[in-house]
Amino acid sequence: MAAAIELRSVACTFVSKDAPGQRYTAVQDVSLTVGDGEFVSVVGPTGCGKSTLLNVAAGLLQPSLGEVRMFGERLQGLNRRAGYMFQADSLMPWRSARDNVLAGLQFRGLPIAQAQAQADDWLRRVGLGGFGDRYPHQLSGGMRKRASLAQTLVMDPDIILMDEPFSALDIQTRQLMENEVLALWQSRKKAVLFITHDLDEAIAMSDRVIILSAGPASRPIGEFVIDLPRPRDVAEVKMTPEFTRLHKAIWAVLRDEVLKGYQQQLQAA
Amino acid sequence: MPKNHGTYHLSAVKSQWRVPLLTWQLLLLLALLLFWHVMTQPGLLPTLMFDNDRQAAFFFGQPLMVAQRIWAWFVTDADIYRHLRVTLSETILAFIIGAAGGLAGGLWLALSQRMSQVLEPYIKALNAMPRIILAPIFGVWFGLGMGSKVALGVTLVFFVVFFNVYQGVKEVSPVVLANARMLGASGRQLLRYVYLPSATSWVFSSLHTSVGLAFVGAVVGEYLGSSQGVGYLILQAEGSFDINTVMAGIVVLTLFALVLDSLVGRVEKRLMKWQPKAGETEKL
Repeated sequence: MAAAIELRSVACTFVSKDAPGQRYTAVQDVSLTVGDGEFVSVVGPTGCGKSTLLNVAAGLLQPSLGEVRMFGERLQGLNRRAGYMFQADSLMPWRSARDNVLAGLQFRGLPIAQAQAQADDWLRRVGLGGFGDRYPHQLSGGMRKRASLAQTLVMDPDIILMDEPFSALDIQTRQLMENEVLALWQSRKKAVLFITHDLDEAIAMSDRVIILSAGPASRPIGEFVIDLPRPRDVAEVKMTPEFTRLHKAIWAVLRDEVLKGYQQQLQAA
Repeated sequence: MPKNHGTYHLSAVKSQWRVPLLTWQLLLLLALLLFWHVMTQPGLLPTLMFDNDRQAAFFFGQPLMVAQRIWAWFVTDADIYRHLRVTLSETILAFIIGAAGGLAGGLWLALSQRMSQVLEPYIKALNAMPRIILAPIFGVWFGLGMGSKVALGVTLVFFVVFFNVYQGVKEVSPVVLANARMLGASGRQLLRYVYLPSATSWVFSSLHTSVGLAFVGAVVGEYLGSSQGVGYLILQAEGSFDINTVMAGIVVLTLFALVLDSLVGRVEKRLMKWQPKAGETEKL
Protein backbone atom coordinates (compact mmCIF):
# COMPACT_ATOMS: atom_id res chain seq x y z
CA MET A 1 0.00 0.00 0.00
CA ALA A 2 1.44 3.33 -1.03
CA ALA A 3 1.92 6.00 1.63
CA ALA A 4 -0.76 8.66 1.90
CA ILE A 5 1.82 11.41 1.59
CA GLU A 6 5.28 10.94 0.25
CA LEU A 7 7.76 13.76 -0.26
CA ARG A 8 10.80 12.66 -2.30
CA SER A 9 13.92 14.83 -1.89
CA VAL A 10 11.92 18.03 -2.00
CA ALA A 11 13.71 21.38 -2.11
CA CYS A 12 12.16 24.83 -2.15
CA THR A 13 14.15 27.87 -3.17
CA PHE A 14 12.54 31.29 -3.12
CA VAL A 15 13.77 34.05 -5.38
CA SER A 16 13.31 37.61 -4.21
CA LYS A 17 11.01 39.49 -6.56
CA ASP A 18 12.91 42.75 -6.28
CA ALA A 19 16.40 41.32 -6.51
CA PRO A 20 16.48 38.10 -8.58
CA GLY A 21 20.03 37.45 -7.39
CA GLN A 22 18.83 36.94 -3.84
CA ARG A 23 17.76 33.40 -3.14
CA TYR A 24 16.59 31.69 -0.05
CA THR A 25 16.45 27.94 0.22
CA ALA A 26 13.87 27.14 2.83
CA VAL A 27 14.02 23.36 2.73
CA GLN A 28 16.37 20.99 0.99
CA ASP A 29 16.45 17.28 0.40
CA VAL A 30 13.37 16.54 2.47
CA SER A 31 12.00 13.05 2.17
CA LEU A 32 9.19 11.97 4.43
CA THR A 33 6.20 9.73 4.35
CA VAL A 34 2.92 9.63 6.17
CA GLY A 35 1.15 6.28 6.08
CA ASP A 36 -2.59 5.91 5.65
CA GLY A 37 -4.22 6.60 9.00
CA GLU A 38 -0.96 7.74 10.53
CA PHE A 39 -0.57 10.90 12.62
CA VAL A 40 2.81 12.47 11.92
CA SER A 41 4.11 15.69 13.43
CA VAL A 42 6.90 17.86 12.14
CA VAL A 43 8.65 20.02 14.71
CA GLY A 44 11.50 22.42 14.28
CA PRO A 45 12.77 25.84 15.28
CA THR A 46 10.94 28.91 14.04
CA GLY A 47 11.56 29.82 10.43
CA CYS A 48 12.75 26.37 9.45
CA GLY A 49 10.32 25.95 6.60
CA LYS A 50 7.69 23.78 8.29
CA SER A 51 4.85 25.66 6.66
CA THR A 52 6.65 25.49 3.33
CA LEU A 53 6.59 21.71 3.53
CA LEU A 54 2.91 21.72 4.29
CA ASN A 55 2.16 24.05 1.38
CA VAL A 56 4.10 21.71 -0.87
CA ALA A 57 2.04 18.76 0.36
CA ALA A 58 -1.12 20.79 -0.24
CA GLY A 59 -0.07 21.66 -3.76
CA LEU A 60 -0.25 25.37 -2.99
CA LEU A 61 3.47 25.57 -3.63
CA GLN A 62 5.45 23.82 -6.35
CA PRO A 63 8.75 22.41 -5.08
CA SER A 64 11.90 23.55 -6.90
CA LEU A 65 13.20 19.98 -6.85
CA GLY A 66 11.80 16.61 -6.00
CA GLU A 67 8.28 15.34 -6.16
CA VAL A 68 5.19 14.79 -4.07
CA ARG A 69 3.11 11.64 -4.22
CA MET A 70 -0.33 11.09 -2.77
CA PHE A 71 -1.32 7.45 -2.42
CA GLY A 72 1.30 6.64 -5.02
CA GLU A 73 0.10 9.22 -7.54
CA ARG A 74 2.24 12.14 -8.46
CA LEU A 75 0.69 15.37 -7.23
CA GLN A 76 -0.06 17.94 -9.87
CA GLY A 77 -1.73 21.19 -9.02
CA LEU A 78 -3.78 21.40 -5.84
CA ASN A 79 -4.08 18.37 -3.64
CA ARG A 80 -7.76 17.52 -3.95
CA ARG A 81 -7.62 14.71 -1.43
CA ALA A 82 -6.29 16.90 1.37
CA GLY A 83 -7.94 19.23 3.83
CA TYR A 84 -5.81 22.07 5.12
CA MET A 85 -6.19 23.76 8.47
CA PHE A 86 -4.32 27.04 8.47
CA GLN A 87 -2.46 28.73 11.27
CA ALA A 88 -4.10 32.11 10.71
CA ASP A 89 -7.84 32.80 10.64
CA SER A 90 -9.06 31.37 7.38
CA LEU A 91 -12.83 31.65 7.71
CA MET A 92 -14.58 33.94 5.28
CA PRO A 93 -15.63 36.87 7.46
CA TRP A 94 -18.73 37.58 5.34
CA ARG A 95 -20.17 34.13 5.90
CA SER A 96 -21.79 32.78 9.03
CA ALA A 97 -20.18 29.79 10.73
CA ARG A 98 -22.63 27.43 9.02
CA ASP A 99 -22.04 28.97 5.60
CA ASN A 100 -18.31 28.71 6.17
CA VAL A 101 -18.51 25.05 7.06
CA LEU A 102 -20.65 24.23 4.05
CA ALA A 103 -18.48 26.25 1.65
CA GLY A 104 -16.48 23.25 0.46
CA LEU A 105 -19.62 21.20 -0.12
CA GLN A 106 -21.13 24.13 -1.99
CA PHE A 107 -18.04 24.36 -4.21
CA ARG A 108 -18.42 20.65 -4.83
CA GLY A 109 -21.95 21.31 -6.09
CA LEU A 110 -23.93 19.62 -3.33
CA PRO A 111 -27.57 20.79 -3.03
CA ILE A 112 -27.72 23.53 -0.42
CA ALA A 113 -30.17 21.77 1.93
CA GLN A 114 -27.95 18.69 2.06
CA ALA A 115 -24.86 20.82 2.60
CA GLN A 116 -26.58 22.67 5.43
CA ALA A 117 -27.56 19.44 7.13
CA GLN A 118 -24.00 18.15 6.99
CA ALA A 119 -22.60 21.47 8.15
CA ASP A 120 -24.97 21.56 11.13
CA ASP A 121 -24.00 18.02 11.99
CA TRP A 122 -20.30 18.93 12.00
CA LEU A 123 -20.89 22.14 13.92
CA ARG A 124 -22.55 20.02 16.61
CA ARG A 125 -19.64 17.59 16.61
CA VAL A 126 -17.11 20.34 17.23
CA GLY A 127 -19.32 21.85 19.92
CA LEU A 128 -20.72 24.80 17.98
CA GLY A 129 -24.28 23.50 17.70
CA GLY A 130 -25.96 26.79 18.61
CA PHE A 131 -23.52 29.07 16.84
CA GLY A 132 -24.22 28.35 13.18
CA ASP A 133 -25.71 31.80 12.58
CA ARG A 134 -22.81 33.71 14.05
CA TYR A 135 -20.29 35.52 11.94
CA PRO A 136 -16.60 34.82 12.57
CA HIS A 137 -16.07 38.13 14.36
CA GLN A 138 -18.76 37.12 16.84
CA LEU A 139 -16.90 33.93 17.76
CA SER A 140 -13.96 33.58 20.10
CA GLY A 141 -10.58 32.44 18.80
CA GLY A 142 -11.19 28.88 19.98
CA MET A 143 -14.64 28.79 18.39
CA ARG A 144 -13.22 30.03 15.11
CA LYS A 145 -10.69 27.20 15.20
CA ARG A 146 -13.50 24.72 15.83
CA ALA A 147 -15.37 26.13 12.86
CA SER A 148 -12.22 25.79 10.75
CA LEU A 149 -11.87 22.21 11.89
CA ALA A 150 -15.47 21.47 10.93
CA GLN A 151 -14.92 23.24 7.62
CA THR A 152 -11.99 20.95 6.86
CA LEU A 153 -13.48 17.71 8.16
CA VAL A 154 -16.91 18.09 6.57
CA MET A 155 -15.18 17.46 3.25
CA ASP A 156 -14.09 14.06 4.56
CA PRO A 157 -10.54 14.39 3.19
CA ASP A 158 -8.23 11.37 3.06
CA ILE A 159 -5.38 13.54 4.22
CA ILE A 160 -5.46 16.31 6.80
CA LEU A 161 -2.75 18.96 6.83
CA MET A 162 -2.53 21.12 9.94
CA ASP A 163 -0.28 24.14 10.27
CA GLU A 164 0.12 25.02 13.96
CA PRO A 165 -3.66 25.17 14.15
CA PHE A 166 -3.80 25.82 17.87
CA SER A 167 -0.80 28.07 18.35
CA ALA A 168 -2.97 31.16 18.86
CA LEU A 169 -5.11 29.56 21.58
CA ASP A 170 -4.72 29.73 25.31
CA ILE A 171 -3.41 26.60 26.99
CA GLN A 172 -6.75 25.28 28.32
CA THR A 173 -8.64 25.76 25.08
CA ARG A 174 -5.71 24.25 23.31
CA GLN A 175 -5.75 21.05 25.32
CA LEU A 176 -9.48 20.72 24.79
CA MET A 177 -9.06 21.16 21.05
CA GLU A 178 -6.15 18.70 20.92
CA ASN A 179 -8.23 16.07 22.66
CA GLU A 180 -11.15 16.72 20.34
CA VAL A 181 -8.97 16.39 17.27
CA LEU A 182 -7.53 13.15 18.64
CA ALA A 183 -11.00 11.78 19.35
CA LEU A 184 -12.21 12.69 15.86
CA TRP A 185 -9.11 11.19 14.31
CA GLN A 186 -9.44 8.04 16.43
CA SER A 187 -13.02 7.49 15.24
CA ARG A 188 -12.08 7.77 11.60
CA LYS A 189 -8.41 7.40 10.96
CA LYS A 190 -6.99 9.69 8.32
CA ALA A 191 -3.44 10.49 7.42
CA VAL A 192 -2.48 13.61 9.34
CA LEU A 193 0.55 15.79 8.77
CA PHE A 194 0.72 18.10 11.74
CA ILE A 195 3.10 21.05 11.93
CA THR A 196 3.94 22.53 15.29
CA HIS A 197 6.74 24.20 17.17
CA ASP A 198 5.49 22.74 20.43
CA LEU A 199 7.26 19.49 21.20
CA ASP A 200 4.78 18.55 23.96
CA GLU A 201 1.91 18.84 21.53
CA ALA A 202 3.75 16.84 18.89
CA ILE A 203 4.54 13.94 21.23
CA ALA A 204 1.15 13.88 22.90
CA MET A 205 -0.73 13.64 19.62
CA SER A 206 1.42 11.77 17.11
CA ASP A 207 2.42 8.31 16.04
CA ARG A 208 5.70 9.68 14.76
CA VAL A 209 7.62 12.93 15.25
CA ILE A 210 10.01 14.29 12.64
CA ILE A 211 12.59 16.93 13.60
CA LEU A 212 13.64 19.55 11.08
CA SER A 213 16.99 21.31 11.30
CA ALA A 214 17.24 25.08 11.58
CA GLY A 215 16.86 27.03 8.34
CA PRO A 216 18.00 27.87 5.75
CA ALA A 217 18.00 24.62 3.81
CA SER A 218 16.36 22.65 6.61
CA ARG A 219 16.05 18.94 6.34
CA PRO A 220 14.82 16.20 8.64
CA ILE A 221 17.48 15.29 11.19
CA GLY A 222 15.63 12.90 13.39
CA GLU A 223 12.59 10.71 13.53
CA PHE A 224 10.98 9.24 16.63
CA VAL A 225 8.23 6.69 16.88
CA ILE A 226 5.84 7.59 19.67
CA ASP A 227 4.57 4.30 21.03
CA LEU A 228 2.39 5.73 23.78
CA PRO A 229 -0.86 3.81 24.13
CA ARG A 230 -4.04 5.21 22.60
CA PRO A 231 -6.58 6.64 23.16
CA ARG A 232 -4.61 9.40 24.82
CA ASP A 233 -5.57 12.39 26.86
CA VAL A 234 -3.06 15.11 26.02
CA ALA A 235 -2.96 16.44 29.58
CA GLU A 236 -2.63 13.04 31.26
CA VAL A 237 -0.16 11.53 28.82
CA LYS A 238 2.28 14.32 29.65
CA MET A 239 2.51 12.99 33.22
CA THR A 240 3.69 9.52 32.20
CA PRO A 241 7.36 8.49 32.48
CA GLU A 242 7.42 7.29 28.86
CA PHE A 243 6.43 10.75 27.75
CA THR A 244 9.27 12.28 29.75
CA ARG A 245 11.72 9.79 28.31
CA LEU A 246 10.66 10.56 24.74
CA HIS A 247 10.64 14.27 25.40
CA LYS A 248 14.20 14.11 26.72
CA ALA A 249 15.44 12.11 23.77
CA ILE A 250 13.79 14.37 21.18
CA TRP A 251 14.72 17.58 22.94
CA ALA A 252 18.38 16.53 22.93
CA VAL A 253 18.21 16.58 19.13
CA LEU A 254 15.99 19.62 18.83
CA ARG A 255 17.79 21.86 21.33
CA ASP A 256 20.88 22.49 19.24
CA GLU A 257 18.74 23.36 16.25
CA VAL A 258 16.61 25.74 18.24
CA LEU A 259 19.73 27.51 19.49
CA LYS A 260 21.14 27.63 15.97
CA GLY A 261 17.91 29.09 14.64
CA TYR A 262 17.85 31.64 17.41
CA GLN A 263 21.44 32.69 16.73
CA GLN A 264 20.65 33.16 13.06
CA GLN A 265 17.67 35.30 13.86
CA LEU A 266 19.77 37.46 16.14
CA GLN A 267 22.38 37.91 13.43
CA ALA A 268 19.76 38.79 10.85
CA ALA A 269 18.23 41.42 13.10
CA MET B 1 -28.17 36.92 13.14
CA PRO B 2 -29.07 35.62 16.56
CA LYS B 3 -32.01 37.38 18.14
CA ASN B 4 -31.26 41.08 18.06
CA HIS B 5 -27.62 40.78 18.81
CA GLY B 6 -26.65 43.60 21.10
CA THR B 7 -29.42 45.95 20.08
CA TYR B 8 -30.92 46.20 23.56
CA HIS B 9 -27.72 47.57 24.84
CA LEU B 10 -27.18 50.04 22.02
CA SER B 11 -30.72 51.30 21.87
CA ALA B 12 -30.66 51.85 25.61
CA VAL B 13 -27.67 54.13 25.19
CA LYS B 14 -29.29 55.88 22.23
CA SER B 15 -32.63 56.54 23.84
CA GLN B 16 -30.91 58.27 26.71
CA TRP B 17 -29.47 60.71 24.22
CA ARG B 18 -31.95 60.86 21.38
CA VAL B 19 -34.36 63.44 22.75
CA PRO B 20 -31.90 66.07 23.98
CA LEU B 21 -29.53 65.54 21.04
CA LEU B 22 -32.24 66.11 18.46
CA THR B 23 -33.48 69.11 20.41
CA TRP B 24 -30.02 70.64 20.36
CA GLN B 25 -29.64 69.99 16.65
CA LEU B 26 -33.01 71.60 15.91
CA LEU B 27 -32.22 74.56 18.15
CA LEU B 28 -28.99 75.13 16.23
CA LEU B 29 -30.89 75.06 12.94
CA LEU B 30 -33.44 77.49 14.32
CA ALA B 31 -30.71 79.82 15.54
CA LEU B 32 -29.02 79.81 12.14
CA LEU B 33 -32.32 80.54 10.37
CA LEU B 34 -33.10 83.30 12.82
CA PHE B 35 -29.66 84.84 12.29
CA TRP B 36 -30.15 84.67 8.53
CA HIS B 37 -33.61 86.26 8.84
CA VAL B 38 -32.52 89.07 11.13
CA MET B 39 -29.49 89.94 9.01
CA THR B 40 -31.40 90.06 5.72
CA GLN B 41 -34.87 91.38 6.59
CA PRO B 42 -35.02 94.93 5.21
CA GLY B 43 -35.48 97.60 7.88
CA LEU B 44 -34.90 95.31 10.84
CA LEU B 45 -31.30 96.31 11.55
CA PRO B 46 -29.32 99.38 10.51
CA THR B 47 -27.29 98.60 7.35
CA LEU B 48 -23.73 97.67 8.20
CA MET B 49 -22.02 96.80 4.96
CA PHE B 50 -24.50 97.74 2.27
CA ASP B 51 -25.65 101.00 0.74
CA ASN B 52 -29.30 100.34 1.41
CA ASP B 53 -31.28 97.88 3.48
CA ARG B 54 -32.47 95.81 0.50
CA GLN B 55 -29.05 94.70 -0.65
CA ALA B 56 -28.53 92.06 2.04
CA ALA B 57 -31.73 90.37 0.91
CA PHE B 58 -30.63 90.68 -2.72
CA PHE B 59 -27.32 88.91 -2.12
CA PHE B 60 -28.24 86.34 0.50
CA GLY B 61 -31.95 85.74 0.06
CA GLN B 62 -34.40 85.53 2.92
CA PRO B 63 -35.34 82.37 4.77
CA LEU B 64 -39.05 83.13 4.67
CA MET B 65 -39.00 83.75 0.95
CA VAL B 66 -36.99 80.60 0.42
CA ALA B 67 -39.52 78.65 2.45
CA GLN B 68 -42.34 80.19 0.41
CA ARG B 69 -40.58 79.21 -2.79
CA ILE B 70 -40.19 75.62 -1.62
CA TRP B 71 -43.80 75.52 -0.49
CA ALA B 72 -44.91 76.79 -3.89
CA TRP B 73 -42.73 74.21 -5.66
CA PHE B 74 -44.05 71.31 -3.70
CA VAL B 75 -47.63 72.33 -2.79
CA THR B 76 -49.30 75.32 -4.39
CA ASP B 77 -47.71 75.20 -7.86
CA ALA B 78 -46.50 71.60 -7.53
CA ASP B 79 -44.21 72.09 -10.51
CA ILE B 80 -40.91 70.82 -9.09
CA TYR B 81 -41.74 67.12 -9.28
CA ARG B 82 -40.95 66.95 -12.97
CA HIS B 83 -37.52 68.47 -12.38
CA LEU B 84 -36.83 66.42 -9.29
CA ARG B 85 -37.73 63.26 -11.14
CA VAL B 86 -35.27 64.12 -13.87
CA THR B 87 -32.44 64.96 -11.49
CA LEU B 88 -33.01 61.90 -9.32
CA SER B 89 -33.25 59.55 -12.31
CA GLU B 90 -30.00 60.95 -13.64
CA THR B 91 -28.38 60.47 -10.24
CA ILE B 92 -29.60 56.93 -9.82
CA LEU B 93 -28.74 55.90 -13.37
CA ALA B 94 -25.27 57.42 -13.09
CA PHE B 95 -24.80 55.71 -9.76
CA ILE B 96 -25.90 52.27 -10.93
CA ILE B 97 -23.98 52.34 -14.21
CA GLY B 98 -20.88 53.85 -12.63
CA ALA B 99 -20.86 51.46 -9.67
CA ALA B 100 -21.49 48.38 -11.83
CA GLY B 101 -18.82 49.47 -14.30
CA GLY B 102 -16.36 50.23 -11.54
CA LEU B 103 -17.04 46.86 -9.91
CA ALA B 104 -16.58 44.94 -13.16
CA GLY B 105 -13.53 46.95 -14.20
CA GLY B 106 -11.93 46.74 -10.79
CA LEU B 107 -12.43 42.98 -10.58
CA TRP B 108 -11.13 42.46 -14.08
CA LEU B 109 -8.00 44.53 -13.73
CA ALA B 110 -7.20 43.27 -10.25
CA LEU B 111 -7.38 39.66 -11.43
CA SER B 112 -5.54 40.17 -14.70
CA GLN B 113 -2.03 41.25 -13.89
CA ARG B 114 -0.96 41.85 -17.49
CA MET B 115 -3.96 44.04 -18.28
CA SER B 116 -3.52 46.17 -15.19
CA GLN B 117 0.14 46.75 -16.04
CA VAL B 118 -0.73 47.84 -19.57
CA LEU B 119 -3.58 50.12 -18.53
CA GLU B 120 -2.04 51.57 -15.39
CA PRO B 121 -0.78 54.91 -16.82
CA TYR B 122 -4.08 55.50 -18.61
CA ILE B 123 -6.11 54.88 -15.52
CA LYS B 124 -3.88 57.18 -13.54
CA ALA B 125 -4.28 59.88 -16.18
CA LEU B 126 -8.05 59.49 -16.33
CA ASN B 127 -8.28 59.65 -12.59
CA ALA B 128 -6.01 62.68 -12.27
CA MET B 129 -7.95 64.59 -14.93
CA PRO B 130 -10.57 66.99 -13.56
CA ARG B 131 -13.43 65.07 -15.11
CA ILE B 132 -15.97 67.86 -14.68
CA ILE B 133 -14.49 69.45 -17.81
CA LEU B 134 -15.86 66.51 -19.77
CA ALA B 135 -19.34 67.96 -19.29
CA PRO B 136 -19.24 70.19 -22.40
CA ILE B 137 -17.99 67.27 -24.51
CA PHE B 138 -20.73 65.00 -23.17
CA GLY B 139 -23.15 67.81 -24.01
CA VAL B 140 -22.03 67.61 -27.62
CA TRP B 141 -22.02 63.83 -27.71
CA PHE B 142 -25.22 63.04 -25.88
CA GLY B 143 -27.21 66.25 -26.35
CA LEU B 144 -28.82 68.39 -23.69
CA GLY B 145 -31.10 65.63 -22.41
CA MET B 146 -30.46 63.22 -19.58
CA GLY B 147 -27.74 61.31 -21.42
CA SER B 148 -24.99 63.87 -20.96
CA LYS B 149 -25.72 64.25 -17.24
CA VAL B 150 -25.71 60.51 -16.66
CA ALA B 151 -22.43 60.24 -18.56
CA LEU B 152 -20.84 62.90 -16.38
CA GLY B 153 -22.07 61.21 -13.21
CA VAL B 154 -20.80 57.85 -14.44
CA THR B 155 -17.27 59.14 -15.00
CA LEU B 156 -17.27 60.54 -11.48
CA VAL B 157 -18.68 57.43 -9.79
CA PHE B 158 -16.78 54.89 -11.87
CA PHE B 159 -13.34 55.79 -10.63
CA VAL B 160 -14.22 55.92 -6.96
CA VAL B 161 -15.75 52.45 -7.11
CA PHE B 162 -13.11 51.17 -9.48
CA PHE B 163 -10.21 52.03 -7.21
CA ASN B 164 -11.96 50.68 -4.15
CA VAL B 165 -12.75 47.36 -5.81
CA TYR B 166 -9.24 47.11 -7.19
CA GLN B 167 -7.85 47.67 -3.73
CA GLY B 168 -10.41 45.31 -2.23
CA VAL B 169 -9.45 42.44 -4.50
CA LYS B 170 -5.75 43.05 -3.98
CA GLU B 171 -6.26 42.91 -0.24
CA VAL B 172 -8.23 39.70 -0.03
CA SER B 173 -6.59 37.79 2.78
CA PRO B 174 -4.20 35.27 1.17
CA VAL B 175 -5.11 32.76 3.84
CA VAL B 176 -8.83 33.01 3.13
CA LEU B 177 -8.05 32.65 -0.54
CA ALA B 178 -5.79 29.62 -0.09
CA ASN B 179 -8.39 28.09 2.21
CA ALA B 180 -11.13 28.49 -0.38
CA ARG B 181 -8.87 26.93 -3.01
CA MET B 182 -8.12 23.99 -0.74
CA LEU B 183 -11.84 23.57 -0.20
CA GLY B 184 -12.10 23.04 -3.92
CA ALA B 185 -13.28 26.40 -5.25
CA SER B 186 -12.87 26.78 -9.01
CA GLY B 187 -11.72 30.06 -10.52
CA ARG B 188 -15.30 31.12 -11.13
CA GLN B 189 -16.32 30.15 -7.60
CA LEU B 190 -13.40 32.09 -6.15
CA LEU B 191 -14.62 35.15 -8.03
CA ARG B 192 -18.18 34.75 -6.86
CA TYR B 193 -17.68 33.59 -3.29
CA VAL B 194 -14.39 35.20 -2.29
CA TYR B 195 -13.32 38.12 -4.46
CA LEU B 196 -16.77 39.60 -4.95
CA PRO B 197 -17.90 39.61 -1.29
CA SER B 198 -14.51 40.87 -0.21
CA ALA B 199 -14.61 43.67 -2.77
CA THR B 200 -18.21 44.50 -1.85
CA SER B 201 -17.16 45.70 1.56
CA TRP B 202 -14.78 48.12 -0.13
CA VAL B 203 -17.48 49.21 -2.55
CA PHE B 204 -19.77 50.04 0.32
CA SER B 205 -17.13 52.08 2.04
CA SER B 206 -17.10 54.22 -1.11
CA LEU B 207 -20.83 54.26 -1.78
CA HIS B 208 -21.56 57.32 0.32
CA THR B 209 -19.00 59.26 -1.67
CA SER B 210 -20.20 57.88 -4.98
CA VAL B 211 -23.86 58.71 -4.36
CA GLY B 212 -22.78 62.26 -3.64
CA LEU B 213 -20.71 62.33 -6.82
CA ALA B 214 -23.54 60.97 -8.94
CA PHE B 215 -25.65 63.85 -7.62
CA VAL B 216 -22.86 66.31 -8.41
CA GLY B 217 -22.65 64.96 -11.96
CA ALA B 218 -26.38 65.34 -12.52
CA VAL B 219 -26.69 68.84 -11.08
CA VAL B 220 -23.50 70.22 -12.67
CA GLY B 221 -24.55 68.73 -16.00
CA GLU B 222 -27.93 70.41 -15.74
CA TYR B 223 -26.36 73.63 -14.68
CA LEU B 224 -24.16 73.69 -17.77
CA GLY B 225 -27.00 73.21 -20.18
CA SER B 226 -30.39 71.58 -19.97
CA SER B 227 -34.10 72.17 -20.23
CA GLN B 228 -35.20 70.44 -17.05
CA GLY B 229 -33.97 69.33 -13.66
CA VAL B 230 -33.25 71.08 -10.39
CA GLY B 231 -29.91 72.35 -11.74
CA TYR B 232 -31.84 73.93 -14.59
CA LEU B 233 -34.19 75.66 -12.12
CA ILE B 234 -31.20 77.08 -10.29
CA LEU B 235 -29.63 78.23 -13.54
CA GLN B 236 -32.86 79.98 -14.59
CA ALA B 237 -33.25 81.71 -11.23
CA GLU B 238 -29.65 82.87 -11.28
CA GLY B 239 -30.19 84.37 -14.73
CA SER B 240 -32.90 86.61 -13.29
CA PHE B 241 -31.02 87.32 -10.02
CA ASP B 242 -33.69 85.47 -8.07
CA ILE B 243 -31.42 84.52 -5.18
CA ASN B 244 -34.31 83.12 -3.12
CA THR B 245 -35.05 80.49 -5.75
CA VAL B 246 -31.37 79.63 -6.03
CA MET B 247 -31.27 79.10 -2.27
CA ALA B 248 -34.46 77.08 -2.38
CA GLY B 249 -32.94 74.87 -5.06
CA ILE B 250 -29.85 74.34 -2.92
CA VAL B 251 -31.98 73.43 0.10
CA VAL B 252 -34.01 70.91 -1.92
CA LEU B 253 -30.86 69.34 -3.35
CA THR B 254 -29.31 69.09 0.10
CA LEU B 255 -32.39 67.41 1.53
CA PHE B 256 -32.48 64.84 -1.25
CA ALA B 257 -28.76 64.18 -0.96
CA LEU B 258 -29.36 63.44 2.71
CA VAL B 259 -32.20 61.09 1.85
CA LEU B 260 -30.07 59.23 -0.70
CA ASP B 261 -27.24 58.99 1.76
CA SER B 262 -29.44 57.52 4.45
CA LEU B 263 -30.82 55.02 1.93
CA VAL B 264 -27.30 53.88 1.17
CA GLY B 265 -26.63 53.67 4.89
CA ARG B 266 -29.64 51.43 5.29
CA VAL B 267 -28.64 49.10 2.45
CA GLU B 268 -25.11 49.00 3.81
CA LYS B 269 -26.36 48.03 7.24
CA ARG B 270 -28.33 45.14 5.76
CA LEU B 271 -25.58 43.80 3.53
CA MET B 272 -22.64 44.46 5.82
CA LYS B 273 -24.04 42.91 8.95
CA TRP B 274 -21.10 40.49 9.04
CA GLN B 275 -18.69 43.31 9.74
CA PRO B 276 -17.61 43.74 13.33
CA LYS B 277 -18.91 46.84 15.04
CA ALA B 278 -17.17 48.41 17.97
CA GLY B 279 -18.64 47.58 21.33
CA GLU B 280 -21.04 44.95 20.14
CA THR B 281 -21.99 42.88 23.14
CA GLU B 282 -24.67 40.38 23.80
CA LYS B 283 -27.06 41.12 26.61
CA LEU B 284 -27.68 37.95 28.55
